[in-house]
Amino acid sequence: MCGIVGLFAKTPKYEGRLGTLLAGMLETMSERGPDSAGFAVYSGGDDGMLKLTVRPADAEPLPAFAETYAPRRCGSHAVLTVPLDESETVIAALNEAGAAVVGIGKRMELYKGIGLPAAVAEEFDLSRMTGTHGLGHTRMATESAVTTDGAHPFNTGPDLCLVHNGSLSNHASLRRRLRSEGIAFQTDNDSEVAAGYLTWCLNRGMSLKQALDRALEDLDGFFTFVVGTESGFGVLRDAIACKPAVMAETGDLIAFGSEYRALAGLPGIDTARVWEPEPATVYFWERAA
Amino acid sequence: MADTEHPGTLPRHSATFDLHTLSEIRRAAATGIYDIRGGGAKRRIPCFDDLVFLGASVSRYPLEGYRETCATDVVLGTRFAKKPLHLKTPITIAGMSFGSLSAPAKEALGRGASIAGTSTTTGDGGMTPEERHHSTLLVYQYLPSRYGMNPDDLRKADAIEIVVGQGAKPGGGGMLLGQKISDRVAEMRTLPKGIDQRSACRHPDWTGPDDLEIKIEELREITDWEKPVYVKVGATRPYYDVTLAVKAGADVIVLDGMQGGTAATQDVFIEHVGIPTLAAIRPAVRALEDLGMHRQVQLIVSGGIRSGADVAKALALGADAVSLGTAALVAIGDNDPKWEAEYQALGTTAGAYDDWQDGRDPAGISTQDPALAARLDPIAAGRRLANYLSVLTMETQTIARACGKSHVRNLEPEDLAALTVEAAAMAGIPLAGTDWIPGRSDG
Amino acid sequence: MIEFDLARQTTRDLNAALHAWPSRSDGDDKTVRIVNPGGRHALAVGLNAPVDVEIIGPVGYYCAGMNQHASVTVAGSAGVGIAENMMSGRVHVKGDVSQSAGATAHGGTLIVDGNASARCGISMKGVDIIVKGSVGPMSAFMAQAGNLVVLGDAGEALGDSLYEAQIFVRGTVKSLGADCGRKPLTGEALAALRRLLDAADVDADPGDFNRYGSARRLYNFHTDNAGAY
Repeated sequence: MCGIVGLFAKTPKYEGRLGTLLAGMLETMSERGPDSAGFAVYSGGDDGMLKLTVRPADAEPLPAFAETYAPRRCGSHAVLTVPLDESETVIAALNEAGAAVVGIGKRMELYKGIGLPAAVAEEFDLSRMTGTHGLGHTRMATESAVTTDGAHPFNTGPDLCLVHNGSLSNHASLRRRLRSEGIAFQTDNDSEVAAGYLTWCLNRGMSLKQALDRALEDLDGFFTFVVGTESGFGVLRDAIACKPAVMAETGDLIAFGSEYRALAGLPGIDTARVWEPEPATVYFWERAA
Repeated sequence: MADTEHPGTLPRHSATFDLHTLSEIRRAAATGIYDIRGGGAKRRIPCFDDLVFLGASVSRYPLEGYRETCATDVVLGTRFAKKPLHLKTPITIAGMSFGSLSAPAKEALGRGASIAGTSTTTGDGGMTPEERHHSTLLVYQYLPSRYGMNPDDLRKADAIEIVVGQGAKPGGGGMLLGQKISDRVAEMRTLPKGIDQRSACRHPDWTGPDDLEIKIEELREITDWEKPVYVKVGATRPYYDVTLAVKAGADVIVLDGMQGGTAATQDVFIEHVGIPTLAAIRPAVRALEDLGMHRQVQLIVSGGIRSGADVAKALALGADAVSLGTAALVAIGDNDPKWEAEYQALGTTAGAYDDWQDGRDPAGISTQDPALAARLDPIAAGRRLANYLSVLTMETQTIARACGKSHVRNLEPEDLAALTVEAAAMAGIPLAGTDWIPGRSDG
Repeated sequence: MIEFDLARQTTRDLNAALHAWPSRSDGDDKTVRIVNPGGRHALAVGLNAPVDVEIIGPVGYYCAGMNQHASVTVAGSAGVGIAENMMSGRVHVKGDVSQSAGATAHGGTLIVDGNASARCGISMKGVDIIVKGSVGPMSAFMAQAGNLVVLGDAGEALGDSLYEAQIFVRGTVKSLGADCGRKPLTGEALAALRRLLDAADVDADPGDFNRYGSARRLYNFHTDNAGAY
């Protein structure tokens, strides 16, 4: 149960203000999700390198070996830039040291924390971030604990992340099935199961579009998902579509919000095309790389 | 030798296919429709009877009956509302609709509650002028169907109860069969006369706690932040539901266990969905405590409350008040043996009559038949309810005094012991004579 | 005219002032203008006087909820449950509206110049709703009374579990819900539709519409219809 925001720059015009705009959107969704917040921003990216967003264990410093990878500290998190072929070893070593790798991607950085969205945005200085697109989430926990791990977005694979508003009704059995297929889960959160489900689909060679189409078959309950990818984002609502979703498009931006309020401060919103995504329909926006 | 008669075995009924089960199979096969009935769960489930109080003796001191005060007042809706409800007794009357109940029955509930200094509640069908007139404190239910919902009555109400679910059928809608849709009921609900009325299971314009928060804001804005907003849930996952209702901004939570009654729904729903009242209270209270909201947001518990002992036990487990439905109907005359011949004619017996959906109630309560409804004298029935509420209040005080409390709200879980392992586990109360609470890891 | 600027004033300020109407009325001018609504919720709810409210910009959930007598115009889009449970008066949205527009409304008129999304007119109980664009899926679900007029198209499961509300659609209907059927455009229906179109200042030929209503097969339970419940 939550608020979702997403912003995608069609042109470079607002890339420099992406963080500022996203922070404003996130804050307006505080009432929908006062427990925790998180966001993913897509920027930069070097061929052959992966960005690892790392949250060290409570009150622990970053493990010493991480210094090799030019860590950029940002609030409680740090972003390491790791050569692709070393990434598995580094991730294993970070896990061994008790640090959580919350985001993995060529372009994606992912941050989350407990507390009001404004405080989370401030901790990570979201308003100074730049990028081509980003998405964010404010959480009102339903049945799972309020923890940093339980905050969205959930990283579902390199450069892929998911945010969710709603309540899945078959996540327990789906989690068991996915676990038996080797997907690992950190929380009891239903949304993490949706993320794990997409990971599983993608591991089996499906495209994101195919995975989202299939999600309509396999996930039961109420959901609005926004999924971020290296070059764009997708939106999917369940067939009943009770959880709200509003989208807006201008010449320069595509934006998603759980409520119109989240979009109200965007440049050009007064003349934007504003609409609601249809139930059980996969939407996808992508920017030529 | 060979022709001696062998002793035969006695006929033996199956415990699985008992006589009631067999009759249900035959009924389903004959009609093709599930059994719809009124009331709450009828089978034996762990309940308040499985708890006892630890009265004072040497280690603690009791209060003297009648001379030493034991207060019973409670204030509901202190969190945000400008006008909270001040009740003389923590025993309220639950929501029951005009439509499911006759006009005299609704009037009797209003009269009885008003004499006792407590509140009564509308139901799925709107507010009648009679019940508003006869109820000093009236809670207006806001249900998925919104039958009869209008802003004039909203402003006349003393509190607003957003009904998410009820103990008899958490997750289900309603079904009032055509027989009870009289002209007046049809008009109040904007439906054609005589048709089956299907009510929705979800609200038409919000789903989930994030949207509930916005709905609560709207209702508060319409009523200028004066009236307490209750949220009523059927007991299933009380820890989460209470947490979320508080986060969404409720002033009062109403938690209805599986024994809670309904006017009409599927028997399979009543008997098989939801958890017993006994098991629901502690998780709800724990949710309030974890949020630092216990006693700030009040908890009303309902479902199978019959006596002052039940009231005292609910309060001791952490409730601020209780609510009565079925027991209040019995007090005004439901299932009275004086109508036994007529119950027999309906194929049942006094005490077992539950076809409240049929509208043929000999006691004139669950009916819209003018001749049957006229049997219930609302003044006398109201007096009976007031008497009953007074007895429950005195019984609650009796127990509270025995436990040394000068206010019934000071009853606490440590005043209780459990008689069965099941009750000990469900209520989180040690089994009598032990300090064992089954299922508690630190127990 | 009274003006409220929601960039400076709160929703509470606004509604409290509107509820005090007409004691706060400024002479004979009954117009209240609201600027910078910013998608806020519960604006102009519970009105109970013949005041004209004009909101310049988009509104959030439940704008004009439970309206009585007032005329509320939104020069923008509206969120979930616009004019929910309206009793009387008129609500006019010049943009699009979100889910559950006019939910359970008993009376009055709701006019939407743009599109309405899912569940438009859910459980409506007497309101007249005129949507100049299209309506989303499950519109007029369990609708009890009143009229839903759609100049564009209707989404899936139109009029599911319908009671006695009437639906008029000029465009296509993706699918009809359980117990909703096409009905003849009788002279009486044409006259009613003409009245509705006139009330919304819509220039359209009533003869171009199809009419839908309850097939009344679910009014009393029969086991062979069990799949439709």
